[in-house]
Amino acid sequence: MQTFWQQLINGLSLGSIYALLALGYTMVYGIIKLINFAHGDIYMLGAFWGYYSINLWHFNFLEALLSSMIVGAASGVIIEYFAYRPLRQAPRITALITAIGVSFFLENGMSYLFGSTARDFPQVIKQVNYNFGGVLISNIQILILATAAILMVALQFIIKKTKMGTAMRAVSVDADAAELVGISLNKTISFTFAIGSALAGAAGVLIGLYYNSIDPLMGMTPGIKAFVAAVVGGIGSVPGATIGGFLIGLLETLVQSVGLSAYKDAAVYLVLIVILLILPAGILGKNIKEKV
Amino acid sequence: MHKKIINSIATIMLTVGALAGCSTASSGSKGIQATGNNVKIGVNMELSGGAGGYGNQQKQGIQLAVDEINQHGGIKVGNKKKKIKLIIKDNKTATSTSASVAAQLTNNDKVTSIVGPATTNAGTAQTPNITKAAVPAVSPSATDPGFTMQKNGKVQPYVFRACYQNNFQGATAAKFTYNNLNARKVAVFYDNSTDYGTGLAKSFKHAFKGKVVASQAFSAGDKDFNAVLTSFKSKNVDAIYVPGYYSEVGLIIKQARQAGIKVPIIGTDGMADPKLAQIAGAQNASNIYYTTPFSISQASKSATARKFISAYQKRYHQKAPTFSALAYDSVYIIKEAIEKEKSADSTKIAAGLAKIKNYDGVTGSITIDKHHNATKPIAIESLKNGKVANSIAIK
Repeated sequence: MQTFWQQLINGLSLGSIYALLALGYTMVYGIIKLINFAHGDIYMLGAFWGYYSINLWHFNFLEALLSSMIVGAASGVIIEYFAYRPLRQAPRITALITAIGVSFFLENGMSYLFGSTARDFPQVIKQVNYNFGGVLISNIQILILATAAILMVALQFIIKKTKMGTAMRAVSVDADAAELVGISLNKTISFTFAIGSALAGAAGVLIGLYYNSIDPLMGMTPGIKAFVAAVVGGIGSVPGATIGGFLIGLLETLVQSVGLSAYKDAAVYLVLIVILLILPAGILGKNIKEKV
Repeated sequence: MHKKIINSIATIMLTVGALAGCSTASSGSKGIQATGNNVKIGVNMELSGGAGGYGNQQKQGIQLAVDEINQHGGIKVGNKKKKIKLIIKDNKTATSTSASVAAQLTNNDKVTSIVGPATTNAGTAQTPNITKAAVPAVSPSATDPGFTMQKNGKVQPYVFRACYQNNFQGATAAKFTYNNLNARKVAVFYDNSTDYGTGLAKSFKHAFKGKVVASQAFSAGDKDFNAVLTSFKSKNVDAIYVPGYYSEVGLIIKQARQAGIKVPIIGTDGMADPKLAQIAGAQNASNIYYTTPFSISQASKSATARKFISAYQKRYHQKAPTFSALAYDSVYIIKEAIEKEKSADSTKIAAGLAKIKNYDGVTGSITIDKHHNATKPIAIESLKNGKVANSIAIK
């Protein structure tokens, strides 16, 4: 039983990381129907920013977290401006391939500039384990869960209650009609990228702190798994991405705990295939019939 | 997933390119003749990508060796001294790139020998191209048993290595775990994304006299090992064997210690890097053991190794890592082969390499056996608070 609770904690903390990343995928997809494959690499940029800001300027944890969100947001907006905006009227596949190109550019550019070796992330918060009847929870795991929860609630608030959020939802329903009623398409899309990428930047710092290891290719696998999480939850749906993230985290932990660790990635992709076959819109996805 | 597709397209394109390149190489006599006043040595190395850390350490060892040799006038070919010209190319830890780098080095640059690659996967990928060109390659650290062998059981004529092979390393670790650490119930947690990890896990399990109660796998780039470690904890294992590289093993050590697993963790030369303790956290890196061909405390007993360690410290301002030492030795055994054969032609170098015997290298006395493996002493180092606390030489 003790093992079961420990595995549940393991699964939830892994899941909260996927959930944070999945939110960025789902937001961008919801607005401009683009799968931003460079999202995982923005998370890597956030981690590197945290690494340098803590080592060079001695930022504390909160400063590093907030500044990496700003850096993440800025890089998201820049990428959108230079790579995706010129292609907004182009076929969707063109934008998708560009996103893969941006992802390669960031991974290899960072490898070239900073080297590809794994570095240890400065431990600004000392890890402390709390023991609940044999089940260990570390303060950093609690911090990740709490930060993820706060950011998700804040996101929900922005989308549902603010003017910008209303604009975002309007653009996601019909971009042309939104423009007709005076919503600036460029501003709204930039804002979406900024928010999604800020979440990725925050995730970068949190994960750097949690695992104590960062490298330029760190965004690859989590990026793809977060994408799977977004699809499972229903791509375009914010609560769906959260649920999807936790589901994938728990699934991976389950597969490993029964001794099938060699197949943990395969299990995640298998779920993707199954979901696409039986529930193409995902768990919470809106199944909109397209009128012809 | 989208990366896999791109990779396979790149592989197809590179294969086509490599095939086109090879058709020109077959003209003329076998091998590449040495011309000019230089000895050209190619380096096909993992300077970026997953194994970039090792590759760069090896590059430093290679450059140190080459500069030393050139300072002393170069390699004596017959009765003339020729300087070494290094041509260094990055294979990006990708098998397709490794194959095309090997084709470029042999066809365009006309090198007469190659140092590298560091990993078994990239090394195996270059074998067809160097064999066609009849250019020998010495890998400093490809430890998979099959690396120097053909499918039919014959030795690859142009593939050599400056390290021992995995069966030896895995069996030594198994004996040490059973006899010295008195562990009877062990768990094996191996890197199944490399031939290195799977090979070592197999040889350990084969040689271990106690019981292997759990065998689980991870792949390069993984960061979360909590689930597997929790399952090991519930099985009350006496020790954990983790054949893999420092970037993942460092995290395994950190997460194991934080999960309250205090048993010895035994690993391989892939862990022999100061970065291991940085990633694991020095306070977690205790009761850690690993097999290594080069241990600074053992090596300081030999004059050759002492000279290397101080030269390395002077040039790079750090302690010489294992991989630099192996790469340094790789260059020197090529020099030895050229001087013994009195020729820098590629086929002659290959013949010379096969005959290396009791060469006094920095990683011990090196003899190339009939399967082109270097046989040399093995050491086990132990870590306490992130520092090497003890080192045991095992013959």
